[in-house]
Amino acid sequence: MSQALTTAHSVVAPTPLSRRIAATLVIVYALVSMIPLAWILMTGFKTPPDSIAYPPKLVFEPSLEGYCNLFTTRTRQTAEYIESLGPPQSTCDEITRKRDMVIAGPSNYVPRFWNSLVIAFGSTFCAVSLGVLAAYAFSRFRIPLADDLLFFILSTRMMPPIAVAIPIYLMYRKLGLSDTALGMILLYTAVNVSLAVWLLKGFIDEIPKEYEEAAMIDGYTRLHAFFKVVLPQAATGIAATAIFCLIFAWNEYAFAVLLTSGEAQTAPPFIPTIIGEGGMDWPAVGAGTTLFLIPLLVFTVLLRKHLLRGITFGAVRK
Amino acid sequence: MSMATTEEGARGTIADQAARTTAPALTKRIRGLSDKAIAWVFIAPTIVLLLAINIFPLIWTIYLSFTNYQANRPNRPITHVGTKWYQDILSSPDVWAAMQATAHFVFWTILLQTLLGFGLAYLLDRKFRGHAFWTTIILIPMMLSPAVVGNFWKFLYQPQIGLFNTIVSFFTGIPPSSFEMLGSVTLSPWSIIIVDTWMWTPYVMLICLAGLRSIPDYIYEAAEVDRASPFRQFWSITLPMALPFIMLAVLFRGIENFKMFDMVNLLTGGGPGSTTEVASITLKREAFEKWRTGYSSAFAIILFVAVFGLANIYVKALNRVKQR
Repeated sequence: MSQALTTAHSVVAPTPLSRRIAATLVIVYALVSMIPLAWILMTGFKTPPDSIAYPPKLVFEPSLEGYCNLFTTRTRQTAEYIESLGPPQSTCDEITRKRDMVIAGPSNYVPRFWNSLVIAFGSTFCAVSLGVLAAYAFSRFRIPLADDLLFFILSTRMMPPIAVAIPIYLMYRKLGLSDTALGMILLYTAVNVSLAVWLLKGFIDEIPKEYEEAAMIDGYTRLHAFFKVVLPQAATGIAATAIFCLIFAWNEYAFAVLLTSGEAQTAPPFIPTIIGEGGMDWPAVGAGTTLFLIPLLVFTVLLRKHLLRGITFGAVRK
Repeated sequence: MSMATTEEGARGTIADQAARTTAPALTKRIRGLSDKAIAWVFIAPTIVLLLAINIFPLIWTIYLSFTNYQANRPNRPITHVGTKWYQDILSSPDVWAAMQATAHFVFWTILLQTLLGFGLAYLLDRKFRGHAFWTTIILIPMMLSPAVVGNFWKFLYQPQIGLFNTIVSFFTGIPPSSFEMLGSVTLSPWSIIIVDTWMWTPYVMLICLAGLRSIPDYIYEAAEVDRASPFRQFWSITLPMALPFIMLAVLFRGIENFKMFDMVNLLTGGGPGSTTEVASITLKREAFEKWRTGYSSAFAIILFVAVFGLANIYVKALNRVKQR
């Protein structure tokens, strides 16, 4: 208490001037670091000629062409053919026709995005389910060689993905799991479970043992106490852990590019392959990137209190 | 410990109520489980999964590293080549070039990120108004997908049309088309360092910030009473007390950047030539482009041993931080 009192009139509190200097420098860094992201967002709303203009255009007329190109495939047609089609059906139709093209069909972006969702949520669900069980056991029971087992679990995360990818590639080819969502879910579960165990163990360690013991004295079995007392208490930790697993699976590229090529391909290996006529279609890439990054921005805001714990495998807590 | 199983008959009302919600046969079986059994039932799935997806492949890799197996010719008879691949790798100038590229990348990214990250954390620790908001803004880059980010920085780095060259030329007066970040042998290693630093400085900052916040105020007050200069306070209190946290960040970034693949693969693909060919890119080229499965398995094992060594140090450091 006396400590709190002294801090109120602390001699070491930063002076207003040093605060203002610190604020200025930090804000400058934050704004500069946001430039690339702002540029991605802007490029998504440019027309292809604007996106490759020299010098780069800061002010431009916004266009939905990037988003249209992202979701469609187009073919070049003669002017007579386009005239014979009648009035355009949609905004995208109109934009496409201005370039002497017609929409041929939907692009692969939506299926790839869907794959990302299925694989990310599927693997997160599995990893957190397995992780919470193992974490509870490590937290509450005396397990022989617990430290070694925990280290083993962590060390699997330290392996370079490419090194593991060689045998996984061979194994999946034999089992018929290559390019399947199930194969990717299994793989990401295995990678994420180490993080889940380490993080959740930290969260469960913080729940007093007495809660379960009281429940067990009231006649709950160990399992009921786990499901009805520990799990609700650990809800925040489970949610934070789940978001970390989601982010990993959402962002993962190395395994995805080596083990999927069509059916189960996720968005990260797909986005760099978006090309237009004569080179990269940067507005479409910008649009695809923007849509792909939005969930991550939401996660960052949701997670800001638990970020530190997540990125250090639970080593540093606030 | 196994209180529940013995006392359930006497005071089973709540348990019975709860039990009615689950299938009777299952409940009966579960009730019989001792704590020890539960512990193993809870841990086993995780261990089995890791054995199947991590350890079994690892053992297979070790086996393959002693053979001439090629994944694109599965029907060719396998011959054992002994430690030939290991000898080849350790004496190959290409591998040492890749190691050098990796070391250059790891060294500079860690140096820049530590300086910038600690600096930012030090400034944020002034707790000016709105510091929480700006912290969240600064953290955004590290949450993004390295692959997607690498792909987009490729656009920023385009000569002439790219934003990066334009900004550099705005401040220095060098014409924006006179240099190519990705195409030049001297600049391309720096292009990946810049992107990695942009992405991961927030990571180091966040850990350093925790370190600075962990220093209690009364130490500074005591120093103030002893009339220690601000400079002296920084060197004798701030830095040593934040050091374990900085080390933790450095080790973690070291391991991550040693394995670096996605961002570099999309940004430069290892080029031009092999100037940015870090170890993981070499491994990918050998394994999935040249299909030298045996050779690349041996390389994978060598990399794994190196990372495992780092991981060991990492866990020890981590425990030391925890004990504080």
